[in-house]
Amino acid sequence: MRSRRFESRDRRELRREPLVSPFPELGLVAADGPRDPLPELVVEDGIVTRLDGRAADEFDVIDRFVVAHGLDLEVAEEAMQLPDTELARMLVDIDVARAELVRLARGLTPAKLACVVGLLDPVELMLALKKLRARRAPSNQAHVTNLKESPALLAADAAEAARRGFAEIETTVGVARYAPLNALALLVGSQTGRPGVMTQCAVEERRNLELAIRGLVTYAETLSVYGTEPVFVDGDDTPWSKAFLGSAYASRGVKVRFTSGTGSEALMGHAQGLSMLYLEARCLAAVRAAGSQGVQNGSISCVALVLSVPGGTRAILGENVIAAWLDLEVASGNDAIASHSEIRKTAKLMGQFLPGTDFVTSGYSVMPRHDNTFGGGNFDADDIDEWLTVQRDWKVDAGIEPVREDEVLGVRERAARAVQVVFDELGLPPVTDDEVAAATSAYDSGDMPDRDRAADVGAADELLARGVCGLDVALALDRRGFEDVAEAVLSMQRQRVSADYLQTAAVIDADGVVHSAVNDPNVYGGPGTGYRLEGDRWELLQALPSVVDPSELLGDLATGRAIVVENGEAARGSDPAEVVVAVGPAFADGIRRTIGDLDHGQVIEAIRAGIREGGGVPRLVRVAGVADLAFIGHVGAGLSGSGVALGLQSKGTAVIHRADLEPLDNLELFGMSPLYTLESYRAMGLNASGYALGRRVGPVPTELDNFARAKLIVRTTLLHARETAAVRPEAPPVELELAEPGSS
Amino acid sequence: MRTDFDPTQDYPLGTRRPDLVSTPGGLTLGEVTLDSLRRGRLEPADIRATPETLRLQAEVARAAGRAPLAESLERAAELATVPEELLLAVYTALRPRRATLAELEEWAARLEGHGAHGTAEFVREAAVAYAERGLLAGA
Repeated sequence: MRSRRFESRDRRELRREPLVSPFPELGLVAADGPRDPLPELVVEDGIVTRLDGRAADEFDVIDRFVVAHGLDLEVAEEAMQLPDTELARMLVDIDVARAELVRLARGLTPAKLACVVGLLDPVELMLALKKLRARRAPSNQAHVTNLKESPALLAADAAEAARRGFAEIETTVGVARYAPLNALALLVGSQTGRPGVMTQCAVEERRNLELAIRGLVTYAETLSVYGTEPVFVDGDDTPWSKAFLGSAYASRGVKVRFTSGTGSEALMGHAQGLSMLYLEARCLAAVRAAGSQGVQNGSISCVALVLSVPGGTRAILGENVIAAWLDLEVASGNDAIASHSEIRKTAKLMGQFLPGTDFVTSGYSVMPRHDNTFGGGNFDADDIDEWLTVQRDWKVDAGIEPVREDEVLGVRERAARAVQVVFDELGLPPVTDDEVAAATSAYDSGDMPDRDRAADVGAADELLARGVCGLDVALALDRRGFEDVAEAVLSMQRQRVSADYLQTAAVIDADGVVHSAVNDPNVYGGPGTGYRLEGDRWELLQALPSVVDPSELLGDLATGRAIVVENGEAARGSDPAEVVVAVGPAFADGIRRTIGDLDHGQVIEAIRAGIREGGGVPRLVRVAGVADLAFIGHVGAGLSGSGVALGLQSKGTAVIHRADLEPLDNLELFGMSPLYTLESYRAMGLNASGYALGRRVGPVPTELDNFARAKLIVRTTLLHARETAAVRPEAPPVELELAEPGSS
Repeated sequence: MRTDFDPTQDYPLGTRRPDLVSTPGGLTLGEVTLDSLRRGRLEPADIRATPETLRLQAEVARAAGRAPLAESLERAAELATVPEELLLAVYTALRPRRATLAELEEWAARLEGHGAHGTAEFVREAAVAYAERGLLAGA
């Protein structure tokens, strides 16, 4: 037998991805693997003779490299003798400065780093990350790609990403030869959107270096490292080759960020039975030793593998913490798809989103994920409003800014035009007006006209052969009236001369000023310190385009032809069949429709019809002295000849009351006002009549909409405020008559 | 080293000490303008950091407590004048099992020929590690 509920859950998106029990032999264990070595460092005569369970003659290339270039033996003795728990507590102690923790980390072995961070629970990890982040303010990185490699669309998306506040934008290629064109489109688009945004084109190293030398890109994060020697070698590198490459990039003015992440060693079959977190600690020690200013980590492309094992999400946050502790800039993943489940994906994100990292994602997909040729798109174009709303909800800056639709359209159009003129000036295959128009409003590359791709790649080869560089791009823009974009492109060239952005966690603001961990460091030391989302920035991040002014949500007080006329103070009735319909202070006056959009006059007609159908005699009364439904109903009941009244608030909520009940008691309450129809109100009248005449009464059938509250609670609040404002405490209840149509 | 340079105070060079920065062709930062570009006074070769600028950045990193980053920037300063083809050839030689001990020594010597002494030592250090870990060509 199957439970219908288990069957239903089996069909949820979550269940499309497997969860597995730990399998340490294959490295399928998040942290604290049974074969992870105990932290160990033995130094004899200034030479490291043992490291994390290995003697010097057993050191692999990673051990050797970390010993030669990473471990600071002047700090090691002091740092390694600190108990794990003491170090763990220092990580979350707001009175222990980041600088002190970073100093100690220089002397810690990978196993020690993994053990200490392994002691922290998720909230402690978040606090540690908040404290250890390198740069004062968090930021974010975007992915901009599309399946057609359309230059107009790339430029438009890059411009939108830049305008939305992304500090870095990354593209790649489906076809390798496109690289110079994609890098060009990204450069022009990004600088149209916001001067100072850094760009990269993730391609093979030789090509990447060439693009950098031409000034078409400013950073690279393609330098992958791994935690075991066999995987490192399978990746066709060693720590020395990667470190050399990093220096080579820097020599050409390229900001370099390495890439690592839990799960890659298991995926590549050589985890050596070690836990994901321990292996990542080895990667990070090597990244720091190689002289990289930062790292893209947080499992990255293997995230779904790490999430398959217990504690995977926590381990990923742990690896971000280790990277930050090692004083590295952290671009913290959240780019590859982590889960089919929106709940699970978002829950994982909070680990980086709430504390803030140097780049909260390593690539937010500005376009729909099916155009993301990285295979990323964990969060994409369709999720932007959710991201912005969650920032607003938590009062957290996760690096994306709200932008109005007209502004987005404007900047996209301008970027597409800019790339059009650059292609024209540089003699590249033309970008047509149709392409510009399509790129401006496109959802995805399916909206873009097809291009002659053979001509494009041919032109791309030729572009490189001709030696076209960033200066040519600036000149082309300048000649064709895009002087501000030309200035921004030139400013990025100027940045390469001063090379300030090679320092840790550097980003460039719109005025061309570099902000890095050197001149704008994170100095968080508890509440009231460090980066706080406040002032203009908080104003900006809360002002989403969809936000409405509550005073405008309801419109002005209703006016126009009278629905009811008042007819003197109401007295107690004597007819035992009488049912009073008691309405609130603003009913059919300042408010004239229910929250379910029913006309108040028609609602009264329906209720009266129901009362009459049940044999009762309706009488309409306004209770002006109170806005609370229970009291409106109870006052009405006190006036009713039968002692029964139907109380009705202006928003449509109703109650059947009787004079002998306590005010907050009732016979029936109708709280689902958005769902009621005129038929519902007729049935309420019928029931009220039944109570008045002593008949047996079954409850009025009502529907349940659990989302009504989420949808309408703001309107409810505003309507009730208007009702409350109409209260005249001293005013007695008055008789009401429905106005004749045509009367005033 | 310039005596008037304070690595703890003078960063960012581009905004705080533009006087310390020039292009390989000797232009100041203030001369890297659209106007210069229009007059044909900017060459692609001008658009890069000089070895001196990269050494200043290395000092900044070291003063901020980032010794490995400083070492990488010092290598970068040495490599700034090394031709691209040599850079890529040395990178390839440093990949696993691409070069023999003698070949790595040759590449190190080539780097020294360009004044990249520190980077040459780095290559030699790799060669020793590769020999012990079976990562030389033919191993």
